Amino acid sequence: MSRILTMSRAGREALDWEMERRPEIFCMGEDVYKFGGIFGTMDGFGAKYGPERVISTPISETGFIGMAAGAAMAGMHPVIDLAYIDFIGVCYNVLLNTASKTHYMSGGAVKVPMTLLIGTGGGYNNAAQHSQCLHATVAHIPGAKVVYPSNAYDAKGMLHTALRDENFVIFLTHKGTAGVGWMGTPIKTTLSEVPEEPYTVPFGKVKVYREGTDVTITGLGMSVHESLKAADELEKEGISAEVVDLRSLVPLDRDGIMASVAKTGRLIVTDEDYLSYGVSGEVIATVTERDPTVFKKPPVRVTTPDIPIPFSRPLEQAILPLAGRIADAARKLMA
Amino acid sequence: MELTPELRKGFFRTMTLSRAFDDAMIALYWEGKLPIFQFGAGPLPGELHCSNGAEPVGAGVCAALGPDDMITADHRPHHVAVARGVDLDRMAAELLGKKAGLSQGKGGHMHIYDPAVNFASSGIIAEGMGPAAGMALARRLQKRPGVAVAFIGEGAANQGAFHEVLNMVGLWKLPVITVVQDNEWGVSTAKSESTAIERNADRAVAYGIAGEWVGTNDPDDIYLAAARAVARARAGEGGTILEVKTARLAGHFMGDQQAYIPEQMKQVDPIPVYREKLLREGVLTPEEADAIEAEAKARMAKAMAFAKEAPYPDPSEAFHHVFAGEAA
Repeated sequence: MSRILTMSRAGREALDWEMERRPEIFCMGEDVYKFGGIFGTMDGFGAKYGPERVISTPISETGFIGMAAGAAMAGMHPVIDLAYIDFIGVCYNVLLNTASKTHYMSGGAVKVPMTLLIGTGGGYNNAAQHSQCLHATVAHIPGAKVVYPSNAYDAKGMLHTALRDENFVIFLTHKGTAGVGWMGTPIKTTLSEVPEEPYTVPFGKVKVYREGTDVTITGLGMSVHESLKAADELEKEGISAEVVDLRSLVPLDRDGIMASVAKTGRLIVTDEDYLSYGVSGEVIATVTERDPTVFKKPPVRVTTPDIPIPFSRPLEQAILPLAGRIADAARKLMA
Repeated sequence: MELTPELRKGFFRTMTLSRAFDDAMIALYWEGKLPIFQFGAGPLPGELHCSNGAEPVGAGVCAALGPDDMITADHRPHHVAVARGVDLDRMAAELLGKKAGLSQGKGGHMHIYDPAVNFASSGIIAEGMGPAAGMALARRLQKRPGVAVAFIGEGAANQGAFHEVLNMVGLWKLPVITVVQDNEWGVSTAKSESTAIERNADRAVAYGIAGEWVGTNDPDDIYLAAARAVARARAGEGGTILEVKTARLAGHFMGDQQAYIPEQMKQVDPIPVYREKLLREGVLTPEEADAIEAEAKARMAKAMAFAKEAPYPDPSEAFHHVFAGEAA
């Protein structure tokens, strides 16, 4: 049996299934017991699993994420809700120096299996400290896996995969894709048929959302959906766009990116993270290093520029990598 | 909780072995680094933070612990590791970057892990606090016994992690003992230049946990205070800040000339003091004390021979262990 679910409900189903069967999994974070986590991933878990396994913490990210790392080293699998990625500043040391490095620094003697759930992104007028993506900032750390589903089917399958992984997994969800009420109506393309039974979606494989022949548009999180919107517009104009969801940053499916660009010969990389030193450059470098002759035209980046996210609606809408900017970039590439 | 002669002889044995470890490492450290000093040169490269002077803390606290208990140490971990019974041969090999090391040469001296005795360390100041509390939380969830001990320096008490973690230790009554090793110096910054209070143990009241302050660098006093803290933790009475006034005789790291330490602040070596105390009180004879020292040197010589003879890892191994579950 499958149903149409939001990403939030689909992720919750995976976590619930694993928690029912595996006593080593517990949830921790601000407001998880009464609120069920910022995106409802732990909705109702407080009543079902009790305060021992669904631990609401003080506002002390350095402290409780450090504790999660220790609990993981001692045989547990903590699932941490960090709400917004903008808050990694107050716990970055644990991510950077403990959760991601302990397995390596111990020569494999100590494992740190933990899953960190984080919301990313803007587009809803929350300004520079609550709208960032910052996925490149975490993907840059060796020893942390970073995944980023963009639809309900992947959210459930990838969360099952994360919970069965022996490593530190940073599990990102763009706030606008989660399908929680306070972020507005769920975007149609984030909803999907989700089987009731558990299944895994492997890390490190791109998903071709929509096949095309003229131009490859890569995206992740929200920018996948903006790319799909752009592809609909472009189709009316006779431009066939292939939309590729990266889905996973660490590991990154470089073969999958290469295969699509080799087919279309044109590449637009969309990314809601900042332009410089990030995923967009990494995707282009991947193709360039392997075979720059596949490019019929120089590749293009459509991203948030290197500026803090502004508050006012017209300012924010102007800088986000929305469908209009993506379609314009494709038109120029095809001209 | 009684100070038996056997226990006290054990303190002396542990401290002497820890000192033998550091002395042997210091001797090797200078190989290849003279006349021009450079961290990366010689058979023992990198920074080296020796424990000389802090041995009573490792010996006294670890004697109060059992095999189920868990430890995190900091960038100066040798005395705690030796007292905890971390594999000496493999720890020595780790310092030399050898494949036979505890971490196969991936950690070095600040990152000592020996899961067989529940021992871990981190080179980032106060970064052992969260993990220690988390290990205690894990045991609570697993319904298994175990007290966690975070060994930190007095400088780490000024880190945010100290405050955040101890607030939760108090809130959740976790069996966590924070051993603040006050050696007076955070690199070149004196304790009095770092905080307005004299005793970090006084901060315990702010977290609703117990505070213990030991003003002597003597394993007898440290053991008794630690045993009280462990008893409270096992009884479900929660955590303790146990602050000990200890010493740092070999500088922050090797090569630290310590010109910033004024004459009146010169520190005393606790091991000869304790040896004299045990002789004076008839716990040890001079012959027994000499034998313990000779035994420690011989044990350490064996560890150094093991470490020196062990091969280096193959350079390709740099790519192994980034993630668990991947083919190495």
